[in-house]
Amino acid sequence: MVEKRGFGTIFMHAVLILGIAIVCFPIYLTFVGSTVTHYDIVRVPMPLVPGPHFIENYTNALTAGINVPVGRMLFNSLVMAAGIAVGKIAISILSAYAIVYFRFPFRMLGFWAIFMTLMLPVEVRIVPTYEVAASLGLLNSYTGLVLPLIASATATFLFRQFFLTVPDELVEAARVDGAGPLRFFKDILLPLSTTNIAALFVILFIYGWNQFLWPLLITTKPEMNTIVMGLKQMMPSADDYGNWPVTMATAILAILPPVAVVVFMQRLFVKGLVETEK
Amino acid sequence: MEKRVTFDNRLLPYLLLAPQLLVTIVFFFWPAGQALYQSLLLPDPFGLGARFVWFSNFEYLFNDRYYLQAFVTTAVFTFFVTLVSMTVALFFAVLADQVIKGAGVYKTLLIWPYAVAPAVAGVMWLFMFQPSIGVLAFYMKALGVNWNPVLDSTQAMTLVIAAAAWKQISYNFLFFLAGLQAIPKSLIEAAAIDGAGRWHRFRTIIFPLLSPTTFFLLVVNIVYAFFETFGVIHTMTAGGPGRSTTILVYKVFSDGFVGQDLGSSAAQSVILMVVVGLLTIIQFRFIERRVHY
Repeated sequence: MVEKRGFGTIFMHAVLILGIAIVCFPIYLTFVGSTVTHYDIVRVPMPLVPGPHFIENYTNALTAGINVPVGRMLFNSLVMAAGIAVGKIAISILSAYAIVYFRFPFRMLGFWAIFMTLMLPVEVRIVPTYEVAASLGLLNSYTGLVLPLIASATATFLFRQFFLTVPDELVEAARVDGAGPLRFFKDILLPLSTTNIAALFVILFIYGWNQFLWPLLITTKPEMNTIVMGLKQMMPSADDYGNWPVTMATAILAILPPVAVVVFMQRLFVKGLVETEK
Repeated sequence: MEKRVTFDNRLLPYLLLAPQLLVTIVFFFWPAGQALYQSLLLPDPFGLGARFVWFSNFEYLFNDRYYLQAFVTTAVFTFFVTLVSMTVALFFAVLADQVIKGAGVYKTLLIWPYAVAPAVAGVMWLFMFQPSIGVLAFYMKALGVNWNPVLDSTQAMTLVIAAAAWKQISYNFLFFLAGLQAIPKSLIEAAAIDGAGRWHRFRTIIFPLLSPTTFFLLVVNIVYAFFETFGVIHTMTAGGPGRSTTILVYKVFSDGFVGQDLGSSAAQSVILMVVVGLLTIIQFRFIERRVHY
């Protein structure tokens, strides 16, 4: 800090606190909405402090929900997010290992084929990808939710960059000691990559959890809905319909796991965010 | 950059590469190829067959008033989402960079909205501003604002921009803060000794040194507003009222799945692929340059 002025510092704190209050207000109001009754909300204006119906609304959401119990949707989201994170990391670390540590014909072709996927988010090729998934019989299945979204080069690229910084002496030492490529991978490279894997897992988990368009297309049965897309279906279409508190409780449940990941694994999260964008 | 020391094995590298290549081919090259092929076809009205029509789908699109309108809508939407979220984030980052006590707490409290999915952000904002039940909509009306985003296209646009920008503030804040903390304090102290005030220091030293971060975030935010805001639009306005919030990505979806106009949807996909390709090239050129700083 260059200048020390009592008033300036207090002013900056005040502005920051005000800013945080504004940024967090939508989430706060959603929480309030999940602790009152539907009638409290429809009879505008709704209260601005939490009400006494917290347990009732959350139990209602988790066990009954509106189309399908939210507990079921949470499970689907968990499978999808974990599947995408684990799947992407697994296939990427293997292909990055092949590209960095081996010389073989068509190596650069393979690299560029994977690299090309960086350029196309799933939103852009949505109709044909849906047709492919449908023709493979992947509608309403976990495979269909996960597989198409793990075709991406970001993780491969990250592991490639990391492997290039691993000293060559380690390979030489491993070879002198008689370790083959699989042994080297398992006993040396994988342990060295743990922090990178963890950081990537955090980012990919949030990415998978927050998917909306793909689950919207690929799941037609309510039992296969993920929570982020199921939430949209639960929104009351007219004032007398639906149940706002249950919908808002679902919204809170939908953001809880990724928010927990960001807050409790902040260091890994920041590392992952910075590295995947490099 | 290449490794000097490698392993010799004929089969193993192909086995290691196979899973990712397979997924990429099935779920990336096949659909992308399909999109290219379908963009040149015109399905007959009964959906039984299709005729090869060269580029007439594209020709049709560029003469389609609604498609050109979607371009303008996307441009307006992207401009404001980027401007609002980056300005707000930079403002907070500059403040958070200056306070010493509690900086970590502020950081934690400002970054967690990153974890909120765009679709959930849409639901939350709609809950506040929906004309019949939204509590903020109620107070706005009490203040005399004629608030009705269900019918008023400017208000609908403002609402989706606010929700989309809100979700992106955390991300921008994080990168701006990192960028600010990387600026040597000695430079700022030297300027202060020479008598430069806060605003002068920001304008002539901090902001120019921050420009790599700003440019990087500019590209990321444009990509975000173009492609990742589908959830916000779908939950809040579904592209309406009229077509006033139908951005390009939303139109690909609504023409392809709702309107079942596959040829046109595929042609729109191809145009978007070109847009993403250009943005990626810009991003990479910039990163190359940053490495040589």
